[in-house]
Amino acid sequence: MPKDVIERFELEFLQIINEQGVFDSALLPPFKDPDFKKIFETMVLVRTFNQRALSLQREGRIGTYASILGQEASQIGSALALEDGDWIFPSFRESGVFISRGYPMWMLYRYWMGDERGMKAPEGMNIFPMSVPVGTHLPHATGAAFAMKHRGDKKVAAVYFGDGGSSRGDFHEALNLAGVFKAPVIFLLQNNQWAISVPRARQSAAKTLAQRAFGYGVPGIQVDGNDLMAVYSATKEAVDRARRGDGPTLIECYTYRLDDHTTSDDASRYRNKEDVEEWRKKEPMIRFRLFLEKKGLWTKEYEEDVLRKALEAVDREIEAAEKYPAPDPADIIRYTNSELTQTQKRELEELGWEK
Amino acid sequence: MGKITIVQAINMALSEELARDKDVVILGEDIGKDGGVFRVTEGLAEKFGPERVVDTPLSELGIIGASIGMAAYGIKPVVEIQFMGFIYAGLEQIFSHASRLRSRTRGRFTAPIVVRTPYGIGIKPPELHSESAEAFFCHMPGVKVVVPSTPYHAKGLLKSAIRDPDPVIFLEPSRLYRSIKAEVPEDDYTVPLGKAEVYQEGNDITVVAWGTMLHRAAEAAEGFDCEIIDLMTLKPMDEEAILKSVKKTGRLVVVHEATKNCGLGAEIAALVAGEAMEHLKAPILRVAGPEAVVPMARLEDYYMPDKERIRKAYEKVMLY
Repeated sequence: MPKDVIERFELEFLQIINEQGVFDSALLPPFKDPDFKKIFETMVLVRTFNQRALSLQREGRIGTYASILGQEASQIGSALALEDGDWIFPSFRESGVFISRGYPMWMLYRYWMGDERGMKAPEGMNIFPMSVPVGTHLPHATGAAFAMKHRGDKKVAAVYFGDGGSSRGDFHEALNLAGVFKAPVIFLLQNNQWAISVPRARQSAAKTLAQRAFGYGVPGIQVDGNDLMAVYSATKEAVDRARRGDGPTLIECYTYRLDDHTTSDDASRYRNKEDVEEWRKKEPMIRFRLFLEKKGLWTKEYEEDVLRKALEAVDREIEAAEKYPAPDPADIIRYTNSELTQTQKRELEELGWEK
Repeated sequence: MGKITIVQAINMALSEELARDKDVVILGEDIGKDGGVFRVTEGLAEKFGPERVVDTPLSELGIIGASIGMAAYGIKPVVEIQFMGFIYAGLEQIFSHASRLRSRTRGRFTAPIVVRTPYGIGIKPPELHSESAEAFFCHMPGVKVVVPSTPYHAKGLLKSAIRDPDPVIFLEPSRLYRSIKAEVPEDDYTVPLGKAEVYQEGNDITVVAWGTMLHRAAEAAEGFDCEIIDLMTLKPMDEEAILKSVKKTGRLVVVHEATKNCGLGAEIAALVAGEAMEHLKAPILRVAGPEAVVPMARLEDYYMPDKERIRKAYEKVMLY
């Protein structure tokens, strides 16, 4: 008996603005001119935050930091498609997501200075603390999405991770459960080509990471992760689908980590300069700037003004972070449980931390 | 109502909590139509529907991980892991996330999950179905560990665990599931977490035990004047109850079936040595499993502390 084809899968790649800034107006999301400018201003702000974080680290004013350089479009574009009240589950390389959603920058700096209080998200802002063990936070998003569905809330969960994280079992279990539960969750895989020193090709033999969605009965798409409009558009579609009750989506943002893994890493040990330089030409801000120029929304003076304001804003945030009072050692114990245990009370007394 | 087993008492607690609070959701493998491999959740799916008594894929990491997101969002997940030997896949989720979410967000997010799982020797199952790994969880700050030893306490402690604002690992002694029966009130009562109870009063030896070993320690006490403490909440431990008793008796024997090395008995011994040394009339003894993996059915009775081994410890502290 001949074999029958019982299922076919087709994976789409989405790009709306190409590297020259040429755009497909039929696919362009319906933003107004001031919106486009606002997005550009957020990109500048995020990049300024990031560059200042790197210099603060070199000056010994913050600890190890994970740069997002090159991933601004993936982070801002996707975060823009979410609404207040949605839940976000970030990894440790997500400054762009935090800032786009209005997370106070001084708190991010404070966190990278080694202060847990930086991850105490302001009330009403449903951003989980950044996950440090890679990929382990994916099931949390599935669970939160399950709870939204349980309560009948029209909210979604978005979880951010990378190509490295996609190799973990957590990725499999989280996507599988989300598919079975039809949970309103968007899996945002930023494939930045490197998990510290291990290249994307060593993470999976699959041609794309997006195609894995099909194995879970979940829609998947690969987008140009350096094209903010493509990322926004794909995320918006996924968010709408999730909010409608039609379940999860996996989005692979094809992008590139232009900086070292963290400030403790030296990427020149494992990748060659030429490749990095090739990717630098494709980085998301160049493209968005060209796009704005084509729309008549960009001038050199405008960008200079935006940059100046961003630097001022970031300086104020750094000052606020550095002026923030030192944490109380008793906090080490105080937040472990809902109430102090007998053991902890004794320890606080022994350590002399109880005021 | 007549006497019921621990299985029935836990079922009663789950059923009452599901009825009390619409946000309580039970998740696990085979817990729906099948009622769980031990039938603990029997009838609950029919009563509360598959959206609240949720049969999940075979996915321990995923279920425990997802429960963290659920709890942080504000609903109350009660996870069943079929056997304690299968909980290890979820350890990272419990240790790296559930236990520290409150601390790392300075109270902004919490993960009040309940993970129920049968533990311990005594039902002659296949390998890895008889683990007694409570000490791992006791070692982890931010996690509560509870072990009931009677039907009454099983119901009351589980209800407390479900209402507790912290993550709770709820270990059910599989050997006791159907082997003891007792009257259990049908009304809504709780047994507080963090409090031990004096199971049997006495004057000569303080015996600290929990779960299956509590009953064995009590059987072995014939002819001795033992004060037997049912610890119930292993973490946070009721230090005061232990110290109070030892100050009266001057002797301490801890009985647990987990391997002795770095077992909870060591912590209890250190507490007493540090805080009540002057009251001790004899060395502190631990009766526990040997430093070996839990054997299969043919040898399991040898592994678990038996009456004779426990009696020897009582004799030794009395003769010192």
